[in-house]
Amino acid sequence: MLNKQELSEIILKMVPEATFPEGTQLTEVIVPAENILALAEGLKNNKETAFDYLISLTAVDFTTNMTVVYHLDSTQFRHLIVLKVVLNDRENPLVDSVSSVWATAEFHEREVFDLFGIRFNNHPNLKRLFLEDDYGFPLRKDFRDEINIIER
Amino acid sequence: MSEEIIKDVIVRENEDYIINMGPQHPSTHGVLRFEVCLKGETVKYLIPHIGYIHRGIEKMCEADTYQQIIHLTDRMDYLSAHINNEAVCMVVEEAMQVEVPERVKYIRTILDELNRLASHQLWWCAFGMDLGALTAFFYGLRDREHILDIFEESFGSRLLHSFNTPGGLMHDVHPNFQKRTKEFITYFRKKLPEYDQLLTGNIIFQERVKGVGYMSREKAIAYGVTGPSARGSNLACDIRKIAPYGAYDKVQFNEILMTEGDTFARYQVRMGEMWESMKIIEQLIDNIPEGDFTAKMKPIIKLPAGEYFKRVETARGELAVYVVSDGNKTPYRMKFRSPNFSNLFVMNELAAGGKIADLVAISGSLDLVIPDIDR
Repeated sequence: MLNKQELSEIILKMVPEATFPEGTQLTEVIVPAENILALAEGLKNNKETAFDYLISLTAVDFTTNMTVVYHLDSTQFRHLIVLKVVLNDRENPLVDSVSSVWATAEFHEREVFDLFGIRFNNHPNLKRLFLEDDYGFPLRKDFRDEINIIER
Repeated sequence: MSEEIIKDVIVRENEDYIINMGPQHPSTHGVLRFEVCLKGETVKYLIPHIGYIHRGIEKMCEADTYQQIIHLTDRMDYLSAHINNEAVCMVVEEAMQVEVPERVKYIRTILDELNRLASHQLWWCAFGMDLGALTAFFYGLRDREHILDIFEESFGSRLLHSFNTPGGLMHDVHPNFQKRTKEFITYFRKKLPEYDQLLTGNIIFQERVKGVGYMSREKAIAYGVTGPSARGSNLACDIRKIAPYGAYDKVQFNEILMTEGDTFARYQVRMGEMWESMKIIEQLIDNIPEGDFTAKMKPIIKLPAGEYFKRVETARGELAVYVVSDGNKTPYRMKFRSPNFSNLFVMNELAAGGKIADLVAISGSLDLVIPDIDR
């Protein structure tokens, strides 16, 4: 089980541009969108980290950007890490798919595409999961459904 | 935003025979549709189609206070309602740095295990019924009724409890709670061997489940399968052991692991877990400390800005709650990583190459609850 310091050293070797926000509940890493696939492969295949289990893959709409959030666990060491990719292009968000690294990512990515409209490069079957094709992207903050109004 | 829609990419060949299982098939226990491609009686591939009861719980959470969200979580995995409630409560308590009284932890853990027992009983009876053993259904429901009566007496509802609230419990448990729970354990310890006599040792049943739907440990990890389904493939993934919450650090229990990885292994894990649940309840029920049933909480809960993450073990696997708060009384974003969502998509791997008659056994052994997949 590695601590934050050891994890960040390993990650910085793989992706020098990675940043580590302070004061978070779990160890967090923010990486540029173009590095996510390489980092995912690295973290899974590195013997010290062995992040072989993708707990969840989701996104958050911060209105200024879209952030894709990956929660990873290792079935061997049971340490957790959170990867984040900030997508500044809210109109046409695009990030590499990690479904080649973790099979479960294929379906989590489909869910994110369905609810946020974030597209994933090289995804084997990127189509909507829950909703109809012409429905909007409901988890975006600017989404407004005239029939079932949910206002905060 | 370019509204480009990506069409179905699977190319279907002419001789493929497509049959839809569901969305109203009795063995899917909900509205789930499997698009099954057959060659003769052999399954070539299988595509799950979901979303028939997508209610947008994550979107609704963004408009609700944390006390209101509790009631939405009941409706995800309705057979683990109490455990779902606890997940949200614990994420709020951790964020607010509230220490809940010991009494609450004990009662929550006992109720978790009663909930798990009731869930496994319903799974067992429905699994038997799926495979044609109707008697099992009556045995299971007969015993589950005792647990639901305990629930009803203490918090007025049988299925969707909403008994947890951030900081503790809605009110204290009924004075009869301890007595009735102990009576139930004594009763069920006698009845559980009947389950084995009826189904586990039954040769017709064993022929249907042994060697069917093999899942390797690697596949379970890759697809994020958790809970009893993964433990049937020798993957130790019990959150109660990995990161104990509630009173789980005060009790002794075994994590049931099987190495076979087939439908029968997943069946045996759940049967073993019923014994373990009873063991946990017995260790706690006499030692419930006196004290308050809730910590002092403000009526309006505002989580400090930040991100919070908490995992619990439901009857079906790992439920993770991820909250992004901006300091308001409603969450900015709430994500539920539901166990059934990940468990469902391994179906194609398990069923492809097998016979269509095994499909019911495989989907039954994964113990899917559809509202938890759709959310």
